[in-house]
Order: sequence, then structure tokens, then C-alpha cells
Amino acid sequence: MEYIVIIIAAIFVNNIVLNQFLGICPFLGVSKKISTAVGMTGAVTFVMVIATIVTYLIQLYILNAYGLQFLQTIFFILVIASLVQLVEIILKKVSPALYQALGVFLPLITTNCAILGVAILTIQKEFNLMEGVVYAIANAIGFGLALVLFAGLREHLDLVNVPKGLKGTPIALIVAGILAMAFMGFSGLV
Amino acid sequence: MNQWTNFTKGFIKENPVFVLLLGMCPTLGVTSSAINGLGMGLATTFVLVMSNLVISLIKSQIPSKVRIPSFIVIIAAFVTVVELTMQAYLPSLFKSLGLFIPLIVVNCLVLGRAEAFASKNNLLSSLVDGVGMGLGFSFALTLLGAAREFFGAGKIFDIVVYPEDYGMLLFVLAPGAFIVLGYLIALINRMNKA
Repeated sequence: MEYIVIIIAAIFVNNIVLNQFLGICPFLGVSKKISTAVGMTGAVTFVMVIATIVTYLIQLYILNAYGLQFLQTIFFILVIASLVQLVEIILKKVSPALYQALGVFLPLITTNCAILGVAILTIQKEFNLMEGVVYAIANAIGFGLALVLFAGLREHLDLVNVPKGLKGTPIALIVAGILAMAFMGFSGLV
Repeated sequence: MNQWTNFTKGFIKENPVFVLLLGMCPTLGVTSSAINGLGMGLATTFVLVMSNLVISLIKSQIPSKVRIPSFIVIIAAFVTVVELTMQAYLPSLFKSLGLFIPLIVVNCLVLGRAEAFASKNNLLSSLVDGVGMGLGFSFALTLLGAAREFFGAGKIFDIVVYPEDYGMLLFVLAPGAFIVLGYLIALINRMNKA
């Protein structure tokens, strides 16, 4: 039951992109086509879950054990940056097909604040490891949902006659605002 | 390039938020009021100036293969400085900015300037670039925060302009951030073309 509450809250009520404003750069950057949006979601899910597990263990066995909590930011970002590199190398060897699909998106993930954000939030909310994993997966799904919905809207936006001054980024942001408004309908669900 | 144009380019012409679209997460996340926007902007400015300074000083020592991780460590160190200082002296601001303080590390603006400017230019230019870009970022965040606070709560910097009951709450909530930023970018595009 607890897990269901975490999942619903993370996907709909506190959607990571539309409500917490994490991962806006890929949200605006790779949302021009649904296919790239799906690829990005896959890469984010993969890295987010691994990063949350690794940073959780580091927090527990290194930072808390030796009283080094103030080094959290430095430790976490280094771990995530090297993890992305590692995942890239391993994927290239083990599964070239998956590497082809996710390849271009992997380097972009280091500066995706959703990854670091979820890692820190897991610690702040005092989840245990299992809850942390569920939280990470749910947030990745929430990210994917927002990204794919937005990409679908933007594909249609190309065919619409937009006022000259609002073309490009401005209208995309306004559409994102309306999408965020729709997600506000979920508040109070949990 | 003379230093004055180097300094002023960050405000309108190459404004990091309105034109380059860098650092969007804190831009949208913390600007529910003008004071939060200004606080976030100044915190980022400090990190940006200090990391530009250090990186331009040691750029010849860093092997180019590991430059990105080295930049990230330098940036993360200054973010930790800001985090601890703010926690000690401005606890209420620290609370309202919350998660976005440690997330300055992954602000593409800071890493972007380090990679694109500080690692190629001398100390003085990097310093001027950092201050100019940082203040341009603060300007954008404060403007966005003030607009949202004005429409949403009838206040600017907590000074009451009209009664709060007439405000549109939507602008303080999440959707307002996207919508106001969209219109501000349209406005700045228009100004840059004219």
C-alpha cells in the first residue's frame, strides 16, 4: 500500500517535471519528436534507478558513517558523472543494440537535474532502500509521461498557425503551462 | 572584445535565460516571488564568478580528457560553500529555495560558461563574463519572480500593490511559471529584433 501511494504521488500529484521543475532541459530539448522522447525516457529510467541505489548506499555507509554529510553534493555529482560513463562503456560491450538506441542521450544525462534531484530527495524523505528504488522508478515514469505527452503536443504544434512573436520556444512553454494546469487536477489524489 | 560589451552582453543580447535558454530548472522552480528569484540569482552568480575565476587560473594544468569532471568538482565545492553559508545566515531563504541550492551544480549555465568561456580566456575576461552572465541571470529571475508575484498575489518584493483577493493564484503555482516565461521570452525576442 505504501508503495502505491509513493507511485501515484510521484507520477501524478508531484510530477517531477510539471510540478517540481526538475529535468526541464531535456523536457524542452528532446521533445520535438515522440521517438526521441521515448529514447530519452529509457536512458533516464536506467540511470535514475542505478544512481539512486548507489548514492543511497554511499550516504548510508560512507557519509553518515563518518559524519561527512556536508560533502553530499560533491560526492553525489561525482558518482552520477562516473556512473553515466560506466553505463555507457558497459552498454557498448554488452548490448550494442541498446547502446545504439540510448547512446546519444547518455552524455546529456549528467547535467539532467532530475537524476541528482531524485537522489537527494530520496535521502531527504528518509526512505529505505526499497522505497527509494520504487520512488526512482515512479519518478522516471512520471518524467517519461510528461515528456511523451509534451512531444505529442509539439508534433501537432508544427501544423498550427501560431502568432509570429510566439513561434518556437514561447508557445512551447505556454503549452507546457497548460499541460501543468491539467496535472494540477490530480492534486489531492493522495 | 572590449570588457564593457563582454559585461553587458548577459543582460539582453545573450541573456542566459531569455535567449540562451540555460538554467531553466531553477528559473521556473524558485521564482514564485521576486525575492526568491533574486536570492537564487545571486547564489548562482557567486558560484559562476568563483568557478570562472578558478578555472581560468588553472586551465593550462587540467588535461583536456578529464576537464569536465574537474570543472564539476570545482563547481560543486563552491556550491557547498554557498549551501553552508546560506544555511547559517539566511535560514528562511535557504528553506524556500530548498533542493535548488545543491542543484546549482547541474545548472547548465555554470558548466556552460566554464567550458565555453573560462577554459579559453584570460583571468580578467572570465571574471567580467562571470559577473555579467550572473547578473543577467539574476535579472531574468527577479523579473520573472516579480511578474508572477504581481499577477498572483498583488505584491512586488512583498510590497502590496493591490489586495491579494484580486490576484490570480495560478501565476504563483506551477503553470504560471511556464506561461509567464513564455510571454517574457516572446517580449525579449521582439526587443532583440527591433
